[in-house]
Amino acid sequence: MITIQNISKSFGSLQVLKNLDLDLKQGGKITAILGPNGSGKTTLIKSILGMVLPDAGSITFEGGAIKGKWAYRNRIDYLPQIARFPENLTVHELLKMVQDLRGGKPQAEHLIERFALKPFLHKRLGTLSGGTRQKVNIVQALMYDSPVLILDEPTNGLDPVALLELKSLLDEERKNGKLILITTHIMSFVEQMADEVVFLLEGKVHFRGNQQQLKERYNAASLEHAIAAILKEEPLEISANGHSKTKARLIFSTS
Amino acid sequence: MFKILKYTFYDLMRSRWLYIYAAFYLLLSVSLLWLGGSVSKAVISLMNVILVLVPLIATMFGVMYYYNSREFTELLLAQPVRRTHIFFGQYLGVAGSLSLCLMLGLGVPFIFYGIFGSTEIFNFTVLLLVGLALSFIFSAIAFFIALRNENRIKGFGLAILSWLFFAVIYDGMFLLALSLFNDYPLEGFAIGASLFNPIDLSRILVLLKLDISALMGYTGAVFQKFLGTIIGIACSALILLLWVVIPALGIKRIAMRKDF
Repeated sequence: MITIQNISKSFGSLQVLKNLDLDLKQGGKITAILGPNGSGKTTLIKSILGMVLPDAGSITFEGGAIKGKWAYRNRIDYLPQIARFPENLTVHELLKMVQDLRGGKPQAEHLIERFALKPFLHKRLGTLSGGTRQKVNIVQALMYDSPVLILDEPTNGLDPVALLELKSLLDEERKNGKLILITTHIMSFVEQMADEVVFLLEGKVHFRGNQQQLKERYNAASLEHAIAAILKEEPLEISANGHSKTKARLIFSTS
Repeated sequence: MFKILKYTFYDLMRSRWLYIYAAFYLLLSVSLLWLGGSVSKAVISLMNVILVLVPLIATMFGVMYYYNSREFTELLLAQPVRRTHIFFGQYLGVAGSLSLCLMLGLGVPFIFYGIFGSTEIFNFTVLLLVGLALSFIFSAIAFFIALRNENRIKGFGLAILSWLFFAVIYDGMFLLALSLFNDYPLEGFAIGASLFNPIDLSRILVLLKLDISALMGYTGAVFQKFLGTIIGIACSALILLLWVVIPALGIKRIAMRKDF
């Protein structure tokens, strides 16, 4: 469905993606894209959506190159990391706007019900709490029935009830055969939800496989330990400002 | 593009700041009209306010709107919409809502004062059109600057500096140049130099229409002498239009290449 070939991307002197290859063909599973800060997770996702334009390499979606195209985004649902919307629009107007832009018939009703957003429908977005805005964000992202779902930090600010709803929703979408990409820093969420883990390190795919394989390879009891083991094993290029080329070893306590 | 324009417009038209902006013009026009007692005097006084304030507010609003909706723009960019449509929609929404405030704030008092029955209606119309043009020009410049600068502080600084340059510094440099080189024929230079400043150009346009030679200043007089009133007005209006088109093309160019 999505084929990423040899893409590279630099911001100034900081190279975020380095000849990255990734093939995401099979629907019906949840793939978690993990990696330390600055490893290129968000850049990768944004490249798929055409928000970041790679310096080299190609991305194809359902067989067609995405460069310079925009209509393909009708087949992708996206949940942005930060839920900030125009302050003076109401929730209802925002959903209407997304519908206006995308066309078709969204199924928002059941989502509004599941996330208990009905009392907020005619409230201005600027007056909502962070958690409620994130629920609105989830509704706008999931109200369409697109074959690909990309979620950037979906658990941000959600209360336990909403988190459970989100998990059951993602389960349903997985059963519906959708290709679901998630980035998150919440390892317990990954452990519960992800069928596959793609671990990015220094702009490349360092590991790809299921959770069991990851744990076995690094001889770790949990996902967190496995990731700590990867970071211990790999000397990281510390480049907070993107200029330093000095190699340093990141030390994690895994006890 | 119109869909994004529509919602940007909805959003902004409920902003408290825009109400204050419209109310300010309303109060100002009411007091100038009823206290001054003459439409042409009110037009001149309003001109002096509009030439400084409209560019300032359009610049601030443009930059603020862009930076404030940065995250929302990312959501829009993930929708099946062309990039240029997103930014032009937002830009036109900002410029359009500022223009509407200006039209209401100036228009309502003048209509109640009886502008439609007055011979001054064309002078007022030119003032209004100049105000609208400046709203479009400076919000385009602001969007252009904001798109080019990820750093908000830098973007704000540059936008304010651009306003300060056109509203104040440019005139100072212009006068300095005129007084330094006053032994040479300066008409050509004066015309050329005022074309490069939309605020100066707007001032000339209004004064040419009002036909008040005492207020016209050097460039106004040169404009009238060389081009005559009608061609002068047409020329300056055309160049004001170019001042909208050029930053808009800049917006398009950056929007196509930028990473978000």
